[in-house]
Amino acid sequence: MMKNPQTVTFTLNGERKTFITRPDEKLLDLLRREGYKGTKFGCGQGTCGACTVLMDGRAIYSCLLYSMQAENRDIRTIESIGTHDKPSEFQQELIAAGAVQCGYCIPGMIMSAEALMKAEKTYPEEVVREYMDGNLCRCTGYEKIWDALQTVLARREAANKAKAKS
Amino acid sequence: MSNPTANFKQVNHSVTKVDARQLALGKPSYVDDFRPPNALVVKMLWSPHAHARIVSMDVSEAEKMPGVKAVLWHGNVPRIPHATAGQGFPEPSPYDTFMFDTKVRFVGDRVAAVAAETEEQALAALECIKVEYEKLQPVFTIDEAMAEGAPIIHDEPDAYVPIPIPYEPQKNLVARVGAEVGDFEKGMKEADFTFDDTYETPYAQHCPIEPYVSLAQLDSAGRIVITTSTQVPFHCRRIVAQILDVPVQKIRVIKPRIGGGFGSKQEVLLEDVVAMFALRTGRPCIWRFTREENFRTGRTRHPIRVRIRLGAKKDGTITAIGMDCWNNTGAYGGHGLTVVSCCGSKVLPLYRCENIHFLGKVYYTNLPCGGAYRGFGATQAFFAFESSMDKMAEALGMDPVRFRQMNHIRSGEGSPIFAALGEGKEGVPMTVGSNALAECIVRGAEEIGWSNRTDWREKTGRYRRGMGMACLMQGSSIPHIDMGGASIKINEDGSFNLLVGATDLGTGSDTVLAQIAAEELCTTTDKMIVYSSDTDMTPFDVGAYASSTTYLSGEAVRKAAADAKRQILHTGAEMLGLAEKDVLCKDAHVQTPDGKQKVSYGDIACYALYQKNQYQIIGTASHVTGKSPPPFAAHYTEIEVDTWTGNIKVLRYVSTIDCGTAINPALCEGQTEGGTLNGISYALTEEYLFNENGRMMNANFTDYHIFSMRDAPRIKAIIVPSYEDTGPFGAKSVSEICINGPAPAIANAIYNATGARLYEFPFTPEKVLNAIRAVQA
Repeated sequence: MMKNPQTVTFTLNGERKTFITRPDEKLLDLLRREGYKGTKFGCGQGTCGACTVLMDGRAIYSCLLYSMQAENRDIRTIESIGTHDKPSEFQQELIAAGAVQCGYCIPGMIMSAEALMKAEKTYPEEVVREYMDGNLCRCTGYEKIWDALQTVLARREAANKAKAKS
Repeated sequence: MSNPTANFKQVNHSVTKVDARQLALGKPSYVDDFRPPNALVVKMLWSPHAHARIVSMDVSEAEKMPGVKAVLWHGNVPRIPHATAGQGFPEPSPYDTFMFDTKVRFVGDRVAAVAAETEEQALAALECIKVEYEKLQPVFTIDEAMAEGAPIIHDEPDAYVPIPIPYEPQKNLVARVGAEVGDFEKGMKEADFTFDDTYETPYAQHCPIEPYVSLAQLDSAGRIVITTSTQVPFHCRRIVAQILDVPVQKIRVIKPRIGGGFGSKQEVLLEDVVAMFALRTGRPCIWRFTREENFRTGRTRHPIRVRIRLGAKKDGTITAIGMDCWNNTGAYGGHGLTVVSCCGSKVLPLYRCENIHFLGKVYYTNLPCGGAYRGFGATQAFFAFESSMDKMAEALGMDPVRFRQMNHIRSGEGSPIFAALGEGKEGVPMTVGSNALAECIVRGAEEIGWSNRTDWREKTGRYRRGMGMACLMQGSSIPHIDMGGASIKINEDGSFNLLVGATDLGTGSDTVLAQIAAEELCTTTDKMIVYSSDTDMTPFDVGAYASSTTYLSGEAVRKAAADAKRQILHTGAEMLGLAEKDVLCKDAHVQTPDGKQKVSYGDIACYALYQKNQYQIIGTASHVTGKSPPPFAAHYTEIEVDTWTGNIKVLRYVSTIDCGTAINPALCEGQTEGGTLNGISYALTEEYLFNENGRMMNANFTDYHIFSMRDAPRIKAIIVPSYEDTGPFGAKSVSEICINGPAPAIANAIYNATGARLYEFPFTPEKVLNAIRAVQA
């Protein structure tokens, strides 16, 4: 089906992989075509955040990124976060708080939070809002997502401080 | 009376949402996650004109384009008038839509569709379709639509409305509904103070993060299987059968997890096309709207002009309420009548008054189509009505809270409006049962600090704070119209399959229904395997709309569970060698009251399935309601107005809610917080902007802004319990009411901050600034 097949090679969820792609294919479409369905299409315009993945630890909109721009980069998707038996801390808090309504925005939210927790050591409210601003949710009013995230961040911040002291 | 909720073990607890884990893990759950690799991609050619006749059309070149498997247009599909609105049958909406027509009625109307191997090929083929249009004069406002000699938008002879209601397409009139109680004019004459004001509400879109998406494929038996993002799987099956002119038997509709709906997916907008393509090509066909298509062609909130006439005596008695609504339904009439009916029926009963006038009229225009949207008319009417209530309170020199406390409906009281206004027919007489509005008002006032509120005349400086409030009601299902069914069967380990037509679209209704079943069956919610909805597998349910799922489908589930419980008791007693009257169900066992003899549900299931007097323990039930008990709410907000720029900042927002028993308090809070923020976003920023050709100019999230985490104020949801005797374990509805409050509460707060009264939202800085300047002038 693909004319002039070309390939792209990148690390996906810790494993180096090569995919057939085309110069005009977006990373989102490649991921979904290859079975990584947790990354969602919401707008295709880089405005809603449902397609958020990590590239070298930074949150990016995969609907805007051409697949070939991922060459030799480190890509992580929601499939790398948590399992049924052992959800991640944030996933666990989201579930406990009742923060997952339709759930369509949630994988993107989780990836943005991952980026935040990777990059920052402390989590002032303004910084958290900045990281999470690119992920729209229409169901929850963000209240319970915010609360779940704050629970995780408070725990982390305490742990980071303890680490710094020792 | 003892508190009936005290002994609840499953309901009234914040049980973990049954699908939360799979969704948080990103497991394949939604329509597009099930797209087969060989699916054809569907794309639509949309009308670039607001009003035009298709003079000629040539699709031959498109059909020959690479990858193209089929093209659909008015020349090769059946012409069957229908309504896309997924409502009861026969629908209270006109049959004014055709799969493809020779006329286009708004920018974004269907012209022709292509199914091709890839999206790029489908888009390339669309460019090759030749269409010659004869442009007609468009109609963009209700005033233009009503004018003598206005262009007729639906001039086709075959459009009709399937129920006996006024429908005059030659006047662009879609519907008219009214109610008169007492003597309105007399009531106005008796009043010491009267107001006569007109308000306008804008177009808005639901903006679920998952756009509309549908997938159709033929199964091995040649039946059409439609997996679709819908709130109404059974209506969808019926309507697709109608449009394609095939028997209902040939169609199966599956609703997987849904990425939000809010009413937008109570509509059959894609399913007929993917189904027809699947039939024509024999291939799976998927159609997913772009965000732009979701805005332009997807359904919207009907813009409504609302005139409120209000009369009151010096002592605060309301002597007359008049409400006239002009509803712009856009190019097609779906939900037009029912939305305008709910402007009256979900608002007017809130306050006692002997003289009420209501008139609702619905008009076609050449703009996007209105549909069902959370709040459903009440949102528009409450903005107007609760604004006028505040104006009246000020004229009376009365605190707005006190004025409402004096007049709001009490438990045990009725309203003639309940009987006068239904949805497509007369309503049902009703007295209000559960009602905790009085407490909602008090609790909200305390939380916001209402006693610190000062008059706007005392405020100076650039930034001025104000407080506003609004009282609200809604309904719970449509009495004598909506029906929900459920069945529940036991498995060997004491787990249960709960099969419901009720459609969880992200609200958590699967969880709520599982809790209700578990409570009735004296087991735990984690024993429930919930399946919703699949027209081949689950009983009928009208679907997720009209705030009906918990109250209506929940009672069907409770009855089905009670049916299963009777069978469990019967078999358990047989196993214990006791009479049924001597045993009871407790903690997933049938036991004697002292607990000395007992047998587990798992053992009972194994006995019934494998051992003796075998049968399947399965309960099934349906439910129709005789009333639609209103949930009540009082909303309060404190805002800050920048009087230099007109910018509004919502500092705090308090949403109290009386939803009867909160079956799952965390989910009830979630509904309340989410609906409230949607309402705040609508009140402050959301609107459709059109160019002179009727084309929406802001069809993306950059220009049509919905609130993000950074924009959102903290919202305090307060559940104020009551007990609705007619609902499952005392429950009534929760989902819609909360969206109605922000527009009036913020409008009243703007007034309290600045003395500026706004009659139109969104309250953009420009509008606010103009209103402030008018006060200062």
